Amino acid sequence: MPDITFIHSDGTEQGLEAPVGVSVMQAASGAGVRGIIAECGGSAMCATCHVYVDPAWVERLPPPLSNELEMLECTADERLPTSRLSCQIKLTAEMQGLIVRIPANQQ
Amino acid sequence: MNPHEPIPELDSDPYTAENLLDPYPMHLRIREAGPVVWLKPYGVVASARHAEVHAVLNDHENFISGAGVGLTNFNTEPAFRPKSLILEADPPLHTQTRTVLSRILSPKVVMQIRATFAAEAEALVERCVDKGEIDGIHDLAQIYPLKVFPDAVGLDDDGRENLLLYGDLVFNSMGPRNELLAKSAERVGPVTQWIMEHCQREHLRPGGFGDQIYQAADAGEISHEQAPLLVRSFLSAGVDTTINGIGNALFSLAHHPGEYAKLHADAALARPAFEEALRWESTAQTFFRTAARDCEIAGFPVRENTKVLCLLAAANRDPRRWPEPDSYKIERRPSGHVALGSGIHGCVGQAIARLEGEVILTALAKRVKRIETTGPHTRRLNNTLRALETLPLRLIPV
Repeated sequence: MPDITFIHSDGTEQGLEAPVGVSVMQAASGAGVRGIIAECGGSAMCATCHVYVDPAWVERLPPPLSNELEMLECTADERLPTSRLSCQIKLTAEMQGLIVRIPANQQ
Repeated sequence: MNPHEPIPELDSDPYTAENLLDPYPMHLRIREAGPVVWLKPYGVVASARHAEVHAVLNDHENFISGAGVGLTNFNTEPAFRPKSLILEADPPLHTQTRTVLSRILSPKVVMQIRATFAAEAEALVERCVDKGEIDGIHDLAQIYPLKVFPDAVGLDDDGRENLLLYGDLVFNSMGPRNELLAKSAERVGPVTQWIMEHCQREHLRPGGFGDQIYQAADAGEISHEQAPLLVRSFLSAGVDTTINGIGNALFSLAHHPGEYAKLHADAALARPAFEEALRWESTAQTFFRTAARDCEIAGFPVRENTKVLCLLAAANRDPRRWPEPDSYKIERRPSGHVALGSGIHGCVGQAIARLEGEVILTALAKRVKRIETTGPHTRRLNNTLRALETLPLRLIPV
């Protein structure tokens, strides 16, 4: 059960535990984390679960596939090199301590 | 489960008039019989639970679309039309065509067309308010997508009603060869030729979605032979779906005045109200997959080449997934519903579908204080779609 920390755009932090195998988006939705809308339900089709991955973690995650890269061009807030769709990050035991920031806008 | 427990067998027939008119009692029976069941009338595996439906839709290697997403198994029976290059295709072909369509219909494109779509919605709602008493289907739900979507594709104004006849046929063809299919095939007659003609480049306004498919062919992303069949996907899947999505949302709101009052008080609820209507009264009730090999669902064996029926609308009311699943609550924000599918075949037009629903409900919220039903609604039965024929309404303006 890795711990994940979400940092909201106002700086407040929210930590939660989630089981291995679910996506960061599912972990957030399950815990009612504000700012992760995930309208399409996790199919990389809406860009409303956009997060900025903590720079220390970017290289430790499996890289995005082409469909995620294309959808990242549609984010409401600026796309940065650390941008990911949280529905496409599936939690593994190695992700214990993952930190992601939630953008101010998703739509 | 006990690994030797046999799959529950049911006599339920999703395609009787009774079950098409009111599918929910049947959904309950199938859902409570087990995670998957065997439907004896058709010899198919079916699931009505969210976890299993979601799992099947997201396992495109075991559960393929290339053998058709209706009851007919294209491995053993002919398809009624040349197969769709996206809906009825698997990777790698699907990946290639999907990439082109998702770019043309992306959320970024939706931002560019938003103002036009919103202005059309406001103008239409204004006309409906002037009338006062309307048929929610023929005066509103049908008019709007038939205007904005073919405009965006780049079709002429003439003959757009053909899209309705064609959509009705395509979605009927995913069920059995019953009377509904026979009747819609009869009505369609010369329409198929009209559709194929309007998939050709000379019928498509330069710069529209249809022309952009040909531009992708010019760029070598797809072949020029593939282009018209991909335009056909716009014409078959882009209108009937949103018409009924909007119609069902009007139905949901008209029957829940308390929820409409919330929407009227806060038009920002338009998008979640549309989303909740997709969950509560799902337009596309069902889609099939086909087992590519011997595999299993929830521990029950599924033999290669078996058709698997995903009851999307039933999964969207599964109490294992949703609290109070039979209630329509516009503040629910039901992320994870499968009304638009899930996984690699999730509706490629979903950003536009949501835009259409949102701008119509926003325009209503601002302009209409109350929606009242003025008589009984009637249904148009279709093997796949939950569709209304008429929905008599009175709009009380602000």
